[in-house]
Amino acid sequence: MIKEYKTIREIDGPLMVVTNVEGVTYDELAEIELPSGARRRCRVLEVDGDKAVVQLFESSMGINLAESKVRFLGHSLQLGVSEDMLGRVFDGMGNPIDGGPEILADAYMDINGLPMNPAARDYPSEFIQTGISTIDGLNTLVRGQKLPIFSGSGLPHAPLAAQIARQAKVLSAETSFAVVFAAVGITFEESEYFVQEFKRTGAIDRTVLFINLADNPAVERIATPRMALTAAEYLAFEKDMQVLVIITDMTYYAEALREISAARKEVPGRRGYPGYLYTDLATMYERAGRRKGKKGSITMIPILTMPEDDITHPIPDLTGYITEGQIILSRDLHRRGVVPPIDVLPSLSRLKDKGIGEGKTREDHAGTMNQLFAAYAAGKDARELMTILGESALSDTDKLYAKFADEFEKEYVGQGQETNRDIEETLNLGWKLLSILPESELKRVKPEHIAKYLPKRKEEEK
Amino acid sequence: MGGKVIKVSGPLVVAVGMSDANMADVVKVGEQRLTGEILSMSGDRAAIQVYEETSGIGPGAEVFTTGNPLSVELGPGLLGNIFDGIQRPLEEIRGIAGETISRGIELPALSRTKRWAFEPVVAVGTRVEGGDIIGTVQETSVFKHKIMVPPSLSGTITEIKQGEFTVEDVVAVLKTDSGESVDIKMLQRWPVRVGRPYKKKFVPDRPLQSGQRVIDTFFPLAKGGTAAVPGPFGSGKTVVQHALAKWSDVDIVVYIGCGERGNEKTDVLMEFPELKDPRTGEPLMKRTVLIANTSDMPVAAREASIYTGITIAEYFRDMGHDVAVIADSTSRWAEALREMSGRLEEMPGEEGYPAYLGSRLAQFYERAGCIECLGSDGRQGSLTAIGAVSPPGGDTSEPVSQATLRIVKVFWGLDAKLAYARHFPAINWLNSYSLYLVNLRDWYNSALGEQFLKNRTAAMNFLQQEAELQEIVKLVGQDSLSPQDRLTLETARMIREDFLQQNAFVDIDNFSTYDRQARMLDMILQYDKLAREALKEGADMKAVFGIEARTRIARAKSVPEDEYIEVYDRILADMAEQIANAKAGGEEL
Repeated sequence: MIKEYKTIREIDGPLMVVTNVEGVTYDELAEIELPSGARRRCRVLEVDGDKAVVQLFESSMGINLAESKVRFLGHSLQLGVSEDMLGRVFDGMGNPIDGGPEILADAYMDINGLPMNPAARDYPSEFIQTGISTIDGLNTLVRGQKLPIFSGSGLPHAPLAAQIARQAKVLSAETSFAVVFAAVGITFEESEYFVQEFKRTGAIDRTVLFINLADNPAVERIATPRMALTAAEYLAFEKDMQVLVIITDMTYYAEALREISAARKEVPGRRGYPGYLYTDLATMYERAGRRKGKKGSITMIPILTMPEDDITHPIPDLTGYITEGQIILSRDLHRRGVVPPIDVLPSLSRLKDKGIGEGKTREDHAGTMNQLFAAYAAGKDARELMTILGESALSDTDKLYAKFADEFEKEYVGQGQETNRDIEETLNLGWKLLSILPESELKRVKPEHIAKYLPKRKEEEK
Repeated sequence: MGGKVIKVSGPLVVAVGMSDANMADVVKVGEQRLTGEILSMSGDRAAIQVYEETSGIGPGAEVFTTGNPLSVELGPGLLGNIFDGIQRPLEEIRGIAGETISRGIELPALSRTKRWAFEPVVAVGTRVEGGDIIGTVQETSVFKHKIMVPPSLSGTITEIKQGEFTVEDVVAVLKTDSGESVDIKMLQRWPVRVGRPYKKKFVPDRPLQSGQRVIDTFFPLAKGGTAAVPGPFGSGKTVVQHALAKWSDVDIVVYIGCGERGNEKTDVLMEFPELKDPRTGEPLMKRTVLIANTSDMPVAAREASIYTGITIAEYFRDMGHDVAVIADSTSRWAEALREMSGRLEEMPGEEGYPAYLGSRLAQFYERAGCIECLGSDGRQGSLTAIGAVSPPGGDTSEPVSQATLRIVKVFWGLDAKLAYARHFPAINWLNSYSLYLVNLRDWYNSALGEQFLKNRTAAMNFLQQEAELQEIVKLVGQDSLSPQDRLTLETARMIREDFLQQNAFVDIDNFSTYDRQARMLDMILQYDKLAREALKEGADMKAVFGIEARTRIARAKSVPEDEYIEVYDRILADMAEQIANAKAGGEEL
């Protein structure tokens, strides 16, 4: 029998203290019944003797200390999952908000998940074609990877994420694709953009949406990404689907976590974020991946806005230490009208080397990738030198590098929002751009690849 | 008799009624028998850090002490295995629990059923002391596991067996001086927080050959030394650590993944059985032990994982082997320490880290060293410790980096700028250092000739001068430099691109022997010498810089292992000829 307590002693921000409790355990889910009959959920953060510190998942407004009742439910927060979730919209706590019926759950899963055994992981090595050259060619995404987008306020991360969701496909396999989308603390307009995008492209039928908007309670944000990942785990590992999880915006998640930490008066780490922010983020990011013996996979694209575009801020910093690379958007390219404004040099995909090459993309992929990176870096340096000293100070080779950098940004990076390039096109475009440079500068590509793929120069043909 | 839980806050559990427990005992908490360790005691109240997720534990749950401190099992069966932070075998957990790690699983680290062929090397009646080898087991095709007398024992062998045994079978009986008979098994236990004893420690004087040119030639690490690899994310820390684990010329590698990505461990697990050790030709996994506490695994076990790893490494060292322990990343370990310290409500030091951070780090690194092992045969072993540091924002002024730099002798500073320009390994040559150059001088001079260290100094000078000249170029352009200075820039560029840059993912280039490194560097410096003379005599700069042999120097790293000596000699000869031609051509004009 479940006991009801009317012993709420204190409510302070997202925290509540209940006394005289018995048999309460750590991380247990509880329910508060207000005098009005409304019910809200919360979970146990600490038990000390007969006193429980409880964190609310919803607003504390209207809770009456004397009249409200608390029931401890004996399990942690769960999500009822089913294949019928596809095409549906839920709030941040997993309740349907699209006017449709309740989900008849196939199973109830703990939203915290369990750590994945590293011995049971399967290494992500299958190329996902996103149709975006800067990702496919230079920062290749593979199935089961977690690759965040580091953005800034006012930068077009939403269209980029939508473009990836729209165009992404695994070249080899005949598999069912699904998208799980979690809106965490973003505005109605931004969230609606994604909903409309999914509708426009027909992707909505294979999408599960969890929406926590900016005006929903901040504490609910702690649960939203975990809800989404739980649904994704079910679809990937029980239903063999290839799931792409997009979570936007992790910055608001971290702020909600800080709010709770501050209310608990914990010793703050950098910039007031709790010392366990790394661990907390990792328990979510690490849920991406593949498992041995399972057909499905979870590929994760979390989006976060870097405060002040500062990549050393704790949120992007800790994220970068956990995720397998990052795609960074550049304000400079955005101002110059380059779409999508992906800043190629600091962007990185750690798993690219396993997903490219012969049999996966093409034999020359690794070499051209390194050559393009090096050439663009040299080109940017040359351009910088040119602005200081004028064009005449540059050697002939440096001038070619500067030209390469311009063309590279215009053609390779700035492909536009609707262009969907397959990997062959991307690689050939790379060679076309490299032909701007003298052949002796192409040290990172194999001579036999130069002979095979480098377009012949006009003057040589004459 | 057991205690009762009164408080639960994350991984910290407080229990009363624990008067029979000792400080630092391992305890079992709740119905699921979660493993924990006592951190502090006050009266009969014990603060316990629990190595597993504590959800579902509440006041009233029972707590039992095992009466023993946190220990690891040592014996045949460690190699090629992957363990969690408190040495539970992850492959076997997978067999029981599937792809995720559920709680309360109790499994012995070493298989109790597997039988090993034990070969005695001493006879009945032999007098032995702690550390003496009494027999061997061929654990993997490359490794002969030595069974030693536990450190504290000595006496006369009264019985010794031969044949196939499990780790728990008695293989020998020893009669101590006090007349007591002690059974010796292949399995030993050792508390992780106590360093294993040895006879004597030496100053390291042999290099650890990693096959990585920037490390071996520029910033070498000695066997028995300590090194730190700090760097921001994306600068290639993990690639450097993997390269060291793969190619270091040690007998055993213990790789501790401490709070890092799960996929990285999977990568090692899948790649190492395939990769061949260049020295033995056998799969690398046969000499590797993996400890994994990935970032989604419980944080308290992260604190224990580096001790578990280094204790296993010490055990192999005690057999008289060269062992390397690689910890990726010590920052996550320090954060785990900070989290527990915060929950214990200790007074925080810098950035919330506990005040004892520095001393704990020093204790870890100090367990490295070159030693004479226990036992009467005077064998020597070494334990090299390499730790990655992940400073927030790449800023090494933070406490973990600073505390580490005070202890370690080698610093490989990774640089995000180099990584962006795809210069790998992104070890910055201007701020990295190695204090072992002095200890290793004799080795270098006898193994590679005296020219090697001279070349190294010369190369470092070029790089230093390049940094200064670049400042001038930024202000006034390259044209204002003298031909000699232009040559310095060219030479420095060759050192950077043709020598320092090394691709860990390309065969042949991923590993360079010392001899090859010495020849490559010498080739570049020979070019500089010849070109400098030619320029002095008025040769045309463009002609000297543009000789064909330079493109061959650039590709010298990918020349196959069995041809390189010949090819390099030919490049040297052609280079001299081409520079001479360029000079002659210059005079004609």
